Amino acid sequence: MSQVLDFKPAAGTSADVLTIKDLKAYYINDMFGVRREVRAVDGISLTVRRNEVYGIAGESSSGKTSLIKTLAGAIRPPMQVVGGSVKFDFGGKHIDVYAEPRKMQAARWQNLSYIMQGSMSVLNPVRRIKHAFNDFAFRHMGLDRRAFRQRVESHLQKLGLDPNVLEAFPHQLSGGMRQRVTIALATVCEPEFIIADEPTTALDVLVQQDVLGLIKEVQGRLGSSIVFVTHDMSVHAAITDRLAIMYAGRLAEEGPTQAMFDNPQHPYTAHLIASLPRIGDVSTRKSLAGRPPSLANPPSGCRFHPRCPIAIDRCSKEVPEMLPSAIGGRVACFRAGEIAVK
Amino acid sequence: MFLPGSDRFGGRTRLFCSVQIGMYMNGFLIYVAKRFGQFVFVVVTGVTLAFLIAHFSPVDPVEQTLSLVTNFGATDPRSVEILRASLRELYGTEGSMISQYFVFWGRVIRGDFGPSLSAFPTPVMTIISRALPWTIGLLTLATIISWVIGNLLGAIAGYFRTSRSIKIVGLLVMALQPIPTYITGLTLLIIFGFLWPILPISGGAQLNLEPAASWGYISSVIQYGTLPALTLVLVGMGGWFVSMRSLVSNIVTDDFVVYSELAGVPSRTVFSKYVARNAMLPQVTGLALSLGNVFGGAVIVEFIFNYPGIGKLMVAGIYAGDYSLVLGVTTFSVIAVATAVFLIDILYPLIDPRVKLG
Amino acid sequence: MFKVLRDLLRYNREFLFGTLLILIIVAIVIASFFAPYDEMATYAVIPDMPPGPEFWLGTNSRGQDMFWQLAASMRNTLMFGIVVAVISRIIAIVVGLVSGYVGGKTDQIIMAFNDTLGALPNIPILLLLVFVLRDQMTWGVLAFTAAMLGWTHDSRLIRSVALSLRTREFTRHAAFSGMRTGQVLLREHLPYVMPIVFFTTMNNLIWAIGLEVTLSILGFSDINRPTIGGMIYWANAHSAMVAGIWWWIAVPMIAVVILFLGLFLLAMSVNEYIDPRSRLARMGA
Repeated sequence: MSQVLDFKPAAGTSADVLTIKDLKAYYINDMFGVRREVRAVDGISLTVRRNEVYGIAGESSSGKTSLIKTLAGAIRPPMQVVGGSVKFDFGGKHIDVYAEPRKMQAARWQNLSYIMQGSMSVLNPVRRIKHAFNDFAFRHMGLDRRAFRQRVESHLQKLGLDPNVLEAFPHQLSGGMRQRVTIALATVCEPEFIIADEPTTALDVLVQQDVLGLIKEVQGRLGSSIVFVTHDMSVHAAITDRLAIMYAGRLAEEGPTQAMFDNPQHPYTAHLIASLPRIGDVSTRKSLAGRPPSLANPPSGCRFHPRCPIAIDRCSKEVPEMLPSAIGGRVACFRAGEIAVK
Repeated sequence: MFLPGSDRFGGRTRLFCSVQIGMYMNGFLIYVAKRFGQFVFVVVTGVTLAFLIAHFSPVDPVEQTLSLVTNFGATDPRSVEILRASLRELYGTEGSMISQYFVFWGRVIRGDFGPSLSAFPTPVMTIISRALPWTIGLLTLATIISWVIGNLLGAIAGYFRTSRSIKIVGLLVMALQPIPTYITGLTLLIIFGFLWPILPISGGAQLNLEPAASWGYISSVIQYGTLPALTLVLVGMGGWFVSMRSLVSNIVTDDFVVYSELAGVPSRTVFSKYVARNAMLPQVTGLALSLGNVFGGAVIVEFIFNYPGIGKLMVAGIYAGDYSLVLGVTTFSVIAVATAVFLIDILYPLIDPRVKLG
Repeated sequence: MFKVLRDLLRYNREFLFGTLLILIIVAIVIASFFAPYDEMATYAVIPDMPPGPEFWLGTNSRGQDMFWQLAASMRNTLMFGIVVAVISRIIAIVVGLVSGYVGGKTDQIIMAFNDTLGALPNIPILLLLVFVLRDQMTWGVLAFTAAMLGWTHDSRLIRSVALSLRTREFTRHAAFSGMRTGQVLLREHLPYVMPIVFFTTMNNLIWAIGLEVTLSILGFSDINRPTIGGMIYWANAHSAMVAGIWWWIAVPMIAVVILFLGLFLLAMSVNEYIDPRSRLARMGA
């Protein structure tokens, strides 16, 4: 397990680590006589390949956090999966997350790990860092205590952390250090799949650079696949190989990152990219009209149509399918490719 | 309530302590010093309050005692005067209010509350120290047990929400909470005293046994203390259950708990080391805050089961009109509760590493 | 607000149950105004009669009709509790809002005072008061003292709400628009604080009535005016259990359990209703 995984898929295994098919996950609330269905994930299909960094972008209420939680099998009532499937392939080990929960539980941290948003409170405040490593990773490594300690310490050093940090309490570390520790924690078992949920939000720019570089380096060394969720488009540009744009619980577009930035096919993508400041560009930025739709009562047809600058009649009546796009990805728009980025 | 004397006295003590300990010792000692200062403040306030209540009463204990004595027959006026003078000295009612106040403090510190009137001339302190171990034993045991059990059940109810058995247990525990202590105690008395008489319902231990560290005596104490303790535990559990359950259901959505579950850490570990360990902290603070009310429960329970603690002593003292005893017990309980709170306060940093010391 | 009540009644079983219980109590209290006997009179009817068609809840050894005694007792006990609750609410709200909103040194001083008072054991001090006042202990004095001792915990709760409100947008707007502190507290903050006040009022009522029961059972209050605790006191004084007059003890006990259970259910259900997490869930956030 200490070798970098091979690029080429071994015989009998596909190159896709994660396959999501038509996933639907809703918050269903029945209280005081009112039933509400919040359709956070409403029919999403995507795949993540081996050794790739796959970005998921979208506004605050696009449902991307819910998607991530559903991916990791970390949903609690009132949220539940109402349709579709999430399947992993960890180098030959196939797991259907919702059909085989026990297998999934055993695979946690060893094959699938998580870097969480907000390093402030992801670690148990009343226990030292070393206990986090013991609780999370020890049972997967199959080493005795001393060897495990040594492995953890060398792992920390490779990430630029002093091994003494193991004896500290979380509140004694700075925000950047805590995030590094979280990354170290997530990678110590060398998992095939890592979910990074807004790991650089709430960090200042310099620390952000640092952390991004660290993630990139670790990914390169381990060959893991990373799903990187953030609303910050510049981070996606810096680190991801492919990028998916979520809007109101559905996918709007997906494709190779560079191509999407150069030539976005979906009007929403175009808007997101256009909103990034560019050096030397002094034109005023126009914001989109309207507000993000309510996931309990979404618009009919294409969910973006109330705010779309190029919407036509059809958009309010029919739901566009995810079809192959001109730049080698997929897009769900009746007028794909017709928008121009300034 | 804040007499100039009391403030200066309390403030001076606090200043004295912190200067004395200074900055040379490590942070923990400074923390202890601060808490001790609070302790002193509370004690000063409480003792002052007791003093004020006692001295602003329309009843003069000296005259009251005198009238009790002289009612028994004719007594010549000179003896009455001598008696009055010595009673004045005894009760500390000579001199101005301020001097009385300081005399009172002197006595408190020396632990001398004078002789008890109903058990003349036994010193009040002696009587209190005879009754005290019973109450301390009962209260400490009952409070700890109800805190531990209540919190444990509450934590389980908050974490393992779907289990049927915990829901039923929870309902039972919560149903007990609003029932007044007297009723719970009386019900237990009826059940175990009359319907199914397996436990003794009166007294602290078997009367013919000598208090010693023998197994016979100790088991007798445990037997006699069971019903009073059980009453207090049943009454107290509900509160802890409800608050712990609510704490735990909040903590369960906290990032670090979700994270540990995502990491596949087994439920039992998450429950004990992540959820419970953190939810416990506010409950320890709550325990310290609740100690002020615990005496009330003791009074009723000791009354019902005729338990020889200071609650019963207080009630008996009031019935008998025993001024020194009542004042002594009040002052003493203020100090005792403040001490207990102080102890819990200084133990707190041991369980919460985030507390800033120094 | 009526919509809130209607929702609670329809969907929350605990609230419904609690309201029913309280309505029973209220009915009994209202009945007390129509009593045919003076509540303090003794030997007005045949003593020691068991519950039956003539005397619904029986009579006690002092020759009083249990039903009318219960009604009067409930009324007096509740009045005591309400007086204590109201006075201590006012103090708690004032202290909590002022302390939370003003903040800084004032807040620290107030809270230090608050915590010191709260750390004192209530019962010994009340008992001392009872002792020194002896026959001059009236319900008024007792209520006043209990109110003085019962506000500390709740003022802290209110203060924490006030603290969080202080930093919110609408507070700043109000302050900028020139509203004085008092006005801000009264018109902007009070509505937010009200749900917690309701919850603490229920708790305080339970505490105050429990206090009355405790003191009365020990015989330390004005036992001639009938109260719930007083009924139990007299029952004990006449050895009711031993003499077989079980209804003398049972009636006040059951009544107080109904009262407390009702208050408790109301407090719990309203607390759950206003709990921000469940509110968010209801709004579909």
